[in-house]
Amino acid sequence: MNIYHYVIRRMLYTIPILIGVTLLIFLLFNVVAGDPTIVLLGKHATFQQMAELRHELGLDRPLFIQYLDTLKSAFTFDFGRSWSTKQHIMQVIKGGSYASLTLAVPSFIIASLASTAIALLAAFFRGTWLDKSLVIVSVVMMSISVLAYILFGQWIFAYKLGWFEIAGYEYGFPDFVPYIILPAIIWIVLSIGPDVRFYRTVMLDEVHQDYVRTARAKGLSNRVILFKHVLKNAMIPIITNLVIQIPSLILGSLLIENFFGIPGLGNITLQAINNSDFPVIKAMTILSSVAYITFNVITDVLYTLVDPRIKLK
Amino acid sequence: MMAQSAPQSLWVATLRQMLRNKLAVASLAIVLLYTIVALLAFSGLIAADWKAEVGGSYAAPSAQNWFGTDIFGRSVLAKIIKSTEVAMSVGFVVALIAITIGVALGALAGYFGGIVDECIVWFYTTIASIPNIMLLIALTFILGKGILAVYIALGMTNWVELCRLMRGEVKRHKDREYLQAANALGASHLRKLCRHILPNVLHIVIIRFSLIFQFAIKSEVILSYLGLGVQGSPSWGVMIDDARVELTRGIWWQLAFATLAMFLIVLAFNILSDALRDALDPKLKGK
Repeated sequence: MNIYHYVIRRMLYTIPILIGVTLLIFLLFNVVAGDPTIVLLGKHATFQQMAELRHELGLDRPLFIQYLDTLKSAFTFDFGRSWSTKQHIMQVIKGGSYASLTLAVPSFIIASLASTAIALLAAFFRGTWLDKSLVIVSVVMMSISVLAYILFGQWIFAYKLGWFEIAGYEYGFPDFVPYIILPAIIWIVLSIGPDVRFYRTVMLDEVHQDYVRTARAKGLSNRVILFKHVLKNAMIPIITNLVIQIPSLILGSLLIENFFGIPGLGNITLQAINNSDFPVIKAMTILSSVAYITFNVITDVLYTLVDPRIKLK
Repeated sequence: MMAQSAPQSLWVATLRQMLRNKLAVASLAIVLLYTIVALLAFSGLIAADWKAEVGGSYAAPSAQNWFGTDIFGRSVLAKIIKSTEVAMSVGFVVALIAITIGVALGALAGYFGGIVDECIVWFYTTIASIPNIMLLIALTFILGKGILAVYIALGMTNWVELCRLMRGEVKRHKDREYLQAANALGASHLRKLCRHILPNVLHIVIIRFSLIFQFAIKSEVILSYLGLGVQGSPSWGVMIDDARVELTRGIWWQLAFATLAMFLIVLAFNILSDALRDALDPKLKGK
């Protein structure tokens, strides 16, 4: 089987998953959530008004037809209009993604490089005080609430010391930089704890493999074994972990964006929660799921390219 | 008799290994302490009067009010204790829901295989494809605010990993000789699953329980902060939310003590999961 067949097959596998995801989202928002007209019109609406609004929103059609709309939106990204601002949701999302990505992309890249480097260091000095203290520090870092990092970070470094902007955002390349430095640092600190721990385990898993024993028997130095052999093999789970994280980058860190007033997708989602704006929340859920599924396919295909041992099935 | 004593000795060995690990013992003590505090608060013996005014608005920590007071002059200590009850109940109930779903579906999928397996795999892949935070937001949003919604939403989002692990393990055990023997003796499916396979995969459940517990506590704080969590009762998340406005006025104690209370229990569970994994998972021996 060649790679094209594999890609096509892998894409076909996503169809039942896409149907499942949209069905679940549809059931949650359109069936379990109940009648949105009460939320929209308030308690004192007449039946006449409710019926009109239901017709306007297309809620008087059979459920199956409504589901097809949801399914279709997973492909066309046409999510209709927001209930609170009446804007086209896709336009709002496009506008928000710029701010989100300017924060997410640099943070993500630096955090990934830093965690890989620290994990390598821990693996190289495994069993020593350095390794042990790195593990302890990352467990401690993982145990502190996200909210504490953000609040204390903002209070101490922006408010008290005045090193960074407290909150806000400006569009355009050099202009946004001062606004994203502190959020980016917090983002990096947040992801280093769990990532270092995971990557270290991955690398130590490799250290116990037979090929490492062979390399050692050949007389290779510890450094060559770790950086050349172990790192290459450990890259597979590391890359998986990174690619799986990409869809959540699109959302940005909801909380970080919210605290620092960055008008990204995370902030849009939180505003939608406050306004009970069903279509926006639904759109963000569908969009992030579609992104997750897509990136999963990409990882699987990347595997086959990176690792010749993986058979195309 | 041999078959009886062998599984026991694993647990005894685990317990011995755990007791040798000082960090694990300390963590266990913290978990026990929090559990006792939560139970006492639940039964109304302590912190039942957390709503009472005990001092001025925003009094700093002092000999009288160790953790200071909040805007309404309520004791922060009492609120922390009451929040402990909320956090521990969320951790426990969520872990219970997630483990029930994860074990049941994982065992069914691994044991029966075929179409049952495919349906369950499809179901958990679907759930896993929706980013956790969005599914949580959607579920709590739709179920209405309150602790019940938090239980269900977190329970529904945390079983997938366990289910995947269970499915793999049960599949591996299904073809072992001891199961062929059970089969030859005419054991029913239920007996084979519950009496023979489950005790052999129980260690996964215990490790997961500890991980889900701490994850649920962390998530509850975030949900409460977003206003989607607990209502009408103090919670570490609500206290941290209050602190947002307070910090600029230099009032740090609500945030600091809520964060510290949460940090200790989450750290304890993190260390405990590691210790449990080291002691229970034979594949990790010697690492």
